[in-house]
Amino acid sequence: MKPASWMRQGSASELWHYRELLYFFAWREIKLRYRQAALGVAWAVIQPLFNMIMFALLFGRLAGMPSDGIPYPIFCFCALVPWTYFSTVLGLASNSLVSNESLLTKVYFPRVLLPAGTALAGLLDFVIGSLLLVCLMFYYHVRLSWALLFSPLVILVMVLLTVGVSMLMAAANVRYRDVRYALPFLIQIWLFATPIIYPATMIPARYRPILALNPCWGVVDAFRACLFPNLPIDFRLIGASIGVTLVVFVAGAYYFHKAERSFADVI
Amino acid sequence: MSFQISVEKLSKQYRIGLANRHSTLRESLIGLMTLSFLRANAHEETIWALQNVSFSIKRGEAVGIIGRNGAGKSTLLKILSRITNPTCGIVAVDGKVASLLEVGTGFHQELTGRENIYLNGSILGMAKKEVDRKLDAIVEFSGVAKFLDTPIKRYSSGMRLRLGFAVAAHLDPDILIVDEVLAVGDAEFQKKCLNTMENLRGGARTVLFVSHNLAAVENLCERCIWIDGGQIRMDGETRSVIEAYMGSVSGAGTVSSELEDVPNRRGSGKVRYRAVEFISPERNAARFIRAGDPVVMRFHYEAAESIPSASFGFRMYTDMGTLVTDTSTSHHGIHVPLEAGKAYLDLEIDCLNLLPAKYTLSLWLTDMDGVEVYDNLEHAVTLEVEASNIYQSGKVIDSRLGIVFFPQKWNLAGISGRAEQLTASLVSPGRS
Repeated sequence: MKPASWMRQGSASELWHYRELLYFFAWREIKLRYRQAALGVAWAVIQPLFNMIMFALLFGRLAGMPSDGIPYPIFCFCALVPWTYFSTVLGLASNSLVSNESLLTKVYFPRVLLPAGTALAGLLDFVIGSLLLVCLMFYYHVRLSWALLFSPLVILVMVLLTVGVSMLMAAANVRYRDVRYALPFLIQIWLFATPIIYPATMIPARYRPILALNPCWGVVDAFRACLFPNLPIDFRLIGASIGVTLVVFVAGAYYFHKAERSFADVI
Repeated sequence: MSFQISVEKLSKQYRIGLANRHSTLRESLIGLMTLSFLRANAHEETIWALQNVSFSIKRGEAVGIIGRNGAGKSTLLKILSRITNPTCGIVAVDGKVASLLEVGTGFHQELTGRENIYLNGSILGMAKKEVDRKLDAIVEFSGVAKFLDTPIKRYSSGMRLRLGFAVAAHLDPDILIVDEVLAVGDAEFQKKCLNTMENLRGGARTVLFVSHNLAAVENLCERCIWIDGGQIRMDGETRSVIEAYMGSVSGAGTVSSELEDVPNRRGSGKVRYRAVEFISPERNAARFIRAGDPVVMRFHYEAAESIPSASFGFRMYTDMGTLVTDTSTSHHGIHVPLEAGKAYLDLEIDCLNLLPAKYTLSLWLTDMDGVEVYDNLEHAVTLEVEASNIYQSGKVIDSRLGIVFFPQKWNLAGISGRAEQLTASLVSPGRS
């Protein structure tokens, strides 16, 4: 007479019941990510660091990109940390259902745990990236301010947004494998559409309202504002991002829930 | 609630791909331009994997599900274990379900045995604490203790299987759903698995068991459901359902090996084999004979002229080519006079003591001295022997245990403390 077996698919109580499996999926991903790699977990540091050095040389030195009066390497890296989380998780989570086909067709569990597990595992890399960021800030003598207290909220928005888009893409990928090929382009365009390697001040005023609909902008902007005292938090921008994020999350969850019923049949 | 599983008018429809949607490139391009691939397609062919299936299962009941491949057994199990949703119908399940549609679901090559126990256990619905508690028992059952911290990619397939079943055997569900997982693995291990399942039953657990191993089904389940073409063909006491199923598998009427058109036959051709039939007295002519069944082999022949004394014989081989037996009428000292025309000769076997496997027969027909060969066909006839409950113990007795079995009985009368006397009587004949 345990309620576990016939709970409504995807209901909150069911998700709570399966919370340990979420942890196990995340644990598996972390265990496997750098296994049989000689440098192991060091890759979690090397990857964003290398990106940053590359961008710093290319855009900071060669192109002389302005950076709101902050040293360009740290200006860029500070945005790359949340962006790397978003893009990496999105890439992995979109394939999480397809690559676990044998699980999907052999055993029942709330399917959303697969992309969600990827998002949870990605937080480890995010933390490592953040620690690296702190080191860089010490190196550049950037002083922290009270605005840092906002960062948990920004991180929450970042995770919600990532999970929302991931649910959408992962579920679509089960039916249309086109997603796998289209996604790398989407992520690349998204990177350039977001003020990460360039400051938001470069965006012409007339395009701002439209680009503000890109929730990544708000997240990246707020993340920078949390760390640098001279950058004010743009509450209207982050507000718009939170709104869009919630819409994306609800839409993603709804589509996932609808599609979930036929995963085992169409995969 | 008296029923633990209740299924009402359950149906499941599958799309089996697109039926020749675009025959020309132009049509394909038009289809692409009008985005018709995004729309649900009317041309899609569908099949009903299950249709109007209703049954209910009481708490503690063990029910076998049998049927041919593609009959819908697996679809039914998938619906009951919530992997897929029914197209229509109602399913009500009361209790915690563990479904084993595969051993070692979610095992990852790169993870160690220990890590996989936790992962697999968690996927199958065990809490981490539960795995902590049962870890020693699971490891002992699996017999891979020495390799617990080795990635399972280094394991043999047998070890992986043992590990997977060890986890599964320690699940503690109200309802256990098992699909054909015993089809693999060595005989020793299969025995262990069946024993574990029997013990599970002891704990008043509801078990649903799909298998082609009819002996195992017969032993484990008192009730059996036979699914055929997506519908329930029969639902009742296991023995009678299996009997009926076996009868249908062999088909009605004459199932025999026609031999008239076999090329490369040697011999003078005065007499030719026309066909060989296997007749099981309880059923009609059958291609599938169960181990231990009585069986009649009927040799149809046609003689061109009358022959005073012929000899019929055959050699039987395993599919590995080992000679099982060579027998003939002349070995029995029987002269068979033949008249011109078609007729048949019967060989009656009271108990076909062959273990389940595929056997081939080479036939020959000679004169009584074996000098003139009338007909000779090498490996012309196949006999498939199906598993059955040979020793009435429900144990899996199959070709891994040899080729033949003997009708036999263990007598325990002598085990009760009379050993001394026995030794004396064994020794005494030598002295006297």
